[in-house]
Amino acid sequence: MKNWNAQKTALAERLADGRRFASGKTIEVADLPNFLEAVIRPGDRVCLEGDNQKQADVLAAALASVDPAKIYDLHMVQSGIVLPEHLDVFEKGIARKLDYSYSGPQAARVARLLFGGKIELGAVHTYLELFARYFIDLTPQVALIAAVSADRDGNLYTGANTEDTPTVVEATSYKSGLVVAQVAEIVDKLPRVDIPGDLVHFMVEAKKPFYVEPLFTRDPAAITESQILTAMLAIKGIYAPYGVQRLNHGIGFSTAAIELLLPTYGEKLGLKGRVCTHFALNPHPTLIPAIEAGWVRQIHSFGSEVGMEDYVAARSDVFFTGPDGSLRSNRAFCQVAGLYACDMFIGSTLQIDLEGHSSTVTASRVAGFGGAPNMGSDARGRRHPSEPWLKAGAEADPGSSAALRRGRKLVVQIGETFGEGNDSLFVERLDALELAEKLNLDLAPVMIYGDDVTHIVTEEGIANLLLCRDRDEREQAIRGVAGYTQVGRARDAAMVARLRERGAVRRPEDLGIDPLDADRRLLAARSIKDLMLASGGLYRPPSRFRNW
Amino acid sequence: MENLSFTLKAPAAAGGARPRAIVGVVASGNLEVLAERISPAGACTVEIATSAHGFGAVWQAVVTDFVARRAAGGLRLSINDGGARPDTVALRLAQAVRLIEEPGA
Repeated sequence: MKNWNAQKTALAERLADGRRFASGKTIEVADLPNFLEAVIRPGDRVCLEGDNQKQADVLAAALASVDPAKIYDLHMVQSGIVLPEHLDVFEKGIARKLDYSYSGPQAARVARLLFGGKIELGAVHTYLELFARYFIDLTPQVALIAAVSADRDGNLYTGANTEDTPTVVEATSYKSGLVVAQVAEIVDKLPRVDIPGDLVHFMVEAKKPFYVEPLFTRDPAAITESQILTAMLAIKGIYAPYGVQRLNHGIGFSTAAIELLLPTYGEKLGLKGRVCTHFALNPHPTLIPAIEAGWVRQIHSFGSEVGMEDYVAARSDVFFTGPDGSLRSNRAFCQVAGLYACDMFIGSTLQIDLEGHSSTVTASRVAGFGGAPNMGSDARGRRHPSEPWLKAGAEADPGSSAALRRGRKLVVQIGETFGEGNDSLFVERLDALELAEKLNLDLAPVMIYGDDVTHIVTEEGIANLLLCRDRDEREQAIRGVAGYTQVGRARDAAMVARLRERGAVRRPEDLGIDPLDADRRLLAARSIKDLMLASGGLYRPPSRFRNW
Repeated sequence: MENLSFTLKAPAAAGGARPRAIVGVVASGNLEVLAERISPAGACTVEIATSAHGFGAVWQAVVTDFVARRAAGGLRLSINDGGARPDTVALRLAQAVRLIEEPGA
């Protein structure tokens, strides 16, 4: 007789093994390594919650200290490789296989472990794609998650940084997996219930908040004149003509500059109310002046941002908040919103090739992609019209019948021709290809495919790839905004001039922009302190951003 | 330190009457440009002292574009470069020309 409930039986065994260390559902921090050795089985698929922001750091440290003779060959399925412990488990042989989405600070070490054979790579996903696989073929058997507080029954309050937690718990717990939560404290009554207690099997009182990286804070003091010029080009050359109201901004100084130019330069162009009214976006501190000036009607967030909690709570007409007043973020829903309900994604990258493919993977750093491949892709399932979507579709395919013509999402790559360390943004060949060859991968890790990119903006101008009719035109439009990089200097100047006549390449002067007007005085806030003042003292910047 | 020197045809004479203008700062990734009205009419000379070696071709491209876009005839431009990127160089050169065009001083 076939056992149709083997997973439930296995869970019951894990629960029984775990209860030896528990009082009710509670485990002591000191018992965590032994507890994890008791409930995890070699070869398990494990989600150790961590993304580009929140981290189950106490559980990560505990997992990295289990005995590799007892627990080995784990298959880690998680959004972020961010903490050193996330890689220690591979170095020690506790884990072997990895499917993930994002790695920022650990990008160089990920590369070393991949080349050294310590990590067997499944794939580098976009968040939503990894979440999707949680429900199909990468369902975790164990989830180690993080919350702000719990009650005795295991109900969890995840607060402003809810992020991935509901998705991870849904996939794990309803498929007979084990859920263990770290919380800062166990309380009698929660401010709100984000995760129902019957989905949570064990919890540990860490006595400190889980770690959160302030990833989306950009100090206005570091914004350069070139970034301001690039931002002016984007606002006047893309936001205004397409009338982009619903959008997502990627991380970076270029998009921070755009946010800080809205109440000044954008106001002068008469764009208030016509652009940037609805965002899928984390609470960027640099958006405070635009919010205060009444530009932004609504923002849904993937996560929170350190220091923005009080500001968000005091602006509930703009942000999604719970009955307790604090932000409710949800990465999966916000990624869906970015895919289907936004007309534009604008963000930065490290390398763009001659077809417009872009990647943040370089020869020595395997940074993941996070949400960019999703936000920066055209949703082929989209069916509702909007002005920017229809206009972009018409530019790409002017000959077809309007009623049967698919619109296009605006996918904009923005950056300076020479990026960090004076590396060229434009390359003949992506480093990602070299990585794929070395590691024998079927797919090179491309962040945004060239056929999804509609515009590339640099300080030299805007390339509108929607207006390019063949490969040669695309290549020359890209070279035509590549400035003094090798790719830029190798342009066919006559062809770029012809593309410029058609508007497929536009220079600052074509848009009536004088580069000499790109002045820091245009920024609505020129320092972190200005942002704090603009928020009426509600924004409380983390100490590393305070220099007064 | 590498020293580079370019003499370029610049048919359009720089506007204004100021004898000199200085913009920018010598710092990492930045540069200082001194513009002086002491070159022959129809020419622009550029003297560069840079901390970054081996970028002669890029400098040539930047200053060639600069004299094509801005009225720089009669100017001598002296640059102290701290490894600025080409877009920053182009911006500082344009700022120097604008400043020397301004009335006063």
